[in-house]
Amino acid sequence: MEWNWYWLCSIPGFYRWNIRNLLQFFETPDAVRHASEGELSGLPFLKEEQKKQIICHKRSFSEEEEYHKCRQRGIHFISCEQEEYPSRLLQITDYPYGLFVKGNLPGDQERCVAVIGARMCSNYGRSMAREMAGLLAQNGVSVVSGLACGIDGAAHAGCLEQGGRSYGILGSGADICYPRENFRLYEEMSAGRGGIISEYPPGAKALPFHFPMRNRIISGLSEIVVIAEAKKKSGSLITADLALEQGREIFAFPGRVGDALSEGCNRLIGQGAGIISDISDFLTETGILDKKVKKKKNCNIVLATAENMVYSCVDSQTRSLQNILEQVDLPVNQVLSALVSLQMKGLISETAKNYYTRNG
Amino acid sequence: MFNTVLSASIQGVDCKIVRVESDVGDGLPGFNMVGYLSAQVKEAQERVRTALKNSGFYLEPKRISVNLAPADLRKSGSGFDLPIALTIAAGYGIITDKSLEGVLVAGELSLNGKVNGIPGVLSIVAEAARNGCQKCIIPLENAAEGEAIPDVEVMAASSLREVIEYLQGKGMLQKVEKRIPGIGEEWECSGEDFSEIQGQRAVKRAAEVAVSGFHNLLLVGPPGAGKSMIAKRIPGILPRMTPEEILETSKLYSIAGMLPENGSLLLKRPFRSPHHTVTASALTGGGSIPRLGEVSLAHNGVLFLDELGEFSREVLEVLRQPLEDKEVCISRSGGTYTFPANLMLVAAMNPCPCGYYPDMKKCTCTYGSVQKYLSRISSPLLDRIDITVEASAVTYGALQDLEKSESSATIRSRVERAREIQRERYLGTGYRFNSDLDGEGMQKYCSLKKEENELMKEAFEKLDLSARSYYRILKVARTIADMEEKDQIGTDNLQEAICYRTIHKKFWMGR
Repeated sequence: MEWNWYWLCSIPGFYRWNIRNLLQFFETPDAVRHASEGELSGLPFLKEEQKKQIICHKRSFSEEEEYHKCRQRGIHFISCEQEEYPSRLLQITDYPYGLFVKGNLPGDQERCVAVIGARMCSNYGRSMAREMAGLLAQNGVSVVSGLACGIDGAAHAGCLEQGGRSYGILGSGADICYPRENFRLYEEMSAGRGGIISEYPPGAKALPFHFPMRNRIISGLSEIVVIAEAKKKSGSLITADLALEQGREIFAFPGRVGDALSEGCNRLIGQGAGIISDISDFLTETGILDKKVKKKKNCNIVLATAENMVYSCVDSQTRSLQNILEQVDLPVNQVLSALVSLQMKGLISETAKNYYTRNG
Repeated sequence: MFNTVLSASIQGVDCKIVRVESDVGDGLPGFNMVGYLSAQVKEAQERVRTALKNSGFYLEPKRISVNLAPADLRKSGSGFDLPIALTIAAGYGIITDKSLEGVLVAGELSLNGKVNGIPGVLSIVAEAARNGCQKCIIPLENAAEGEAIPDVEVMAASSLREVIEYLQGKGMLQKVEKRIPGIGEEWECSGEDFSEIQGQRAVKRAAEVAVSGFHNLLLVGPPGAGKSMIAKRIPGILPRMTPEEILETSKLYSIAGMLPENGSLLLKRPFRSPHHTVTASALTGGGSIPRLGEVSLAHNGVLFLDELGEFSREVLEVLRQPLEDKEVCISRSGGTYTFPANLMLVAAMNPCPCGYYPDMKKCTCTYGSVQKYLSRISSPLLDRIDITVEASAVTYGALQDLEKSESSATIRSRVERAREIQRERYLGTGYRFNSDLDGEGMQKYCSLKKEENELMKEAFEKLDLSARSYYRILKVARTIADMEEKDQIGTDNLQEAICYRTIHKKFWMGR
């Protein structure tokens, strides 16, 4: 463990730019750590509170305690000077000085694609993210995302399902699973099927402004950034901007005009992002896949008349029961039983209470 | 001279016979009352003395002692005025002590001698009949409450003088005629009718199923979809109350002093819709001397909770026990009271704070706020709701649909038929409706054939049902089969019931 770097990266309330200032002044982390309290309190670029923080940290820091803390939580620390530090990340201008990792870091030879998008997403976006991540995993590409609900979670899940490696970048300490809904994914990734990565020290809370900052790591670790669904104002667009600055390729799933959840994606495409009209096309285009995979054939299922009428009303956009009933001229109980039997046949699914959508 | 007459005291919703004793004797003139009395009862002495005087009876200065037995029972209420006055009258020799034998008396007195109405007369008369009293004297205002109880002669009195003259054998009191409640009285439908609702066919159907089997119902949907409108029309499709139900419910309303203005019994099923700022004790009943809460006032009827998500969590949690046990048990230092609460819960709520989830075009909520909103309703409470249905906004097309939909009366006749079938089937068992069925009853009455069993097995795996929801689906399917007058539950009944199954969180967020 590089204790000087560890010490520097775990000062509470110090973010990347604060550390950069310290390093510019003292040149090495060693110098910062061994600076006298008088020197530190004389620094012009620190606020009074930060001076207090750093002095307090200096006094209370114990290598032994920290070592046990990390060991207990299964976290190890990699500084930017170590060999294991991903070289791809080092290329970005504001690379983190150290990473706290639970599980593994992506190797330099490992291909990584980020699949990100809205938390509040539609069933369509979720299934696209899952399918994309699954196909990437099948072709040996790791999936990087933010472990948030919605698209992020679906991408991690899709990748892990297909036996791939997936990396979750957190806005909290690597020992904190936020949001808690994704605990299963968190466990699986930190157990070695990829890893959980954070630039914040163990125990750091998931503060709202941490999230835009961790986005640069998501794009920094990956060579391509795929955005599945994003509203007009979305955190995913921040990531896209960062990715552009970092020189990463950006792809987006297109959506219908007027569909609030695709507004951000469509705008990105308009600004020059790659369009994903077919996932296997995307894979060949980006050189992940050599030849096109054949699409699964839909098997023909014979439907009863009522089921057929109902099925024709349900489309890939979510429909409410009320909406379906208005279009089908059948008694309510028949429509309800047709909906259930279509669900059993796997043709439609219920995405929210009494909201239905066609499968794939 | 010692005299005694029977009266009764209300304890919670039960009624206890109280013996009113008085002694008029020599000594220092005074009026003493004992017997664990509340302030209202103690004040009786002023009312009694003045009422007797103003009714034209002169009381010599004597020492009057009054005791209400059993002395360890806390007595409250103003119904003891009349019996106390009569025992004192007997003590002074105005009436004979024999005339008070086997008579139960209750009523409040005005200073001018008029007999005023009191709450709980129905329970008092019923208790009198149970204890073998031959005669009851009750206030004229409460006369209708005496109608329904057979086996006891009920006299209605308007003034103290009238009562005393009757007991002296000089005059007559109005005798209350007996009749079975609810028979021959016409159902008057309220102005709100189901035919006024355009569209919302699924919700209407769900309401009909819920009412037919007395299942609890939850309506979920955006603002303006007509959830409250439909809920408010549910009383119109509730079947008539049976005479027993009328008595049960009227007893509660009599104790709460909430019977209709004209004093008649409660013929329509109650529909209670407390505001979401209601407190836990107002909902279940409470106070140092427990009073009835909304759940008991909705006994045999509907409790409607609009904006379920806005109720405080603590308030909703207290609903769990009454929904399960069909009664509320309230323990206070003064004793434990059990109030009946066999109600049908109808609740309406938005799916998220802004109301539009899962319509992403309109919903402005964050993921966290939707989750937080949903977590206000605990899953144990959701588990007690058999039918959940989505009420989404009506489109213009449905509004333009000029075809009038079914009237409440048509739906009600179907509901009554379904209830009739259940009544016949559960005759002699502890169940009343399909919603009452427990594991044992479900095995007996909801058995599935091979094809249906397979469907449920498949649904269990594919739709991720829980064991609890499995039983709820069976119960609801039983009701749907009853509506079609079928003995055996069919696959289509099961499929429809599956559509009404409860939301659970994982499913709600579509993951």
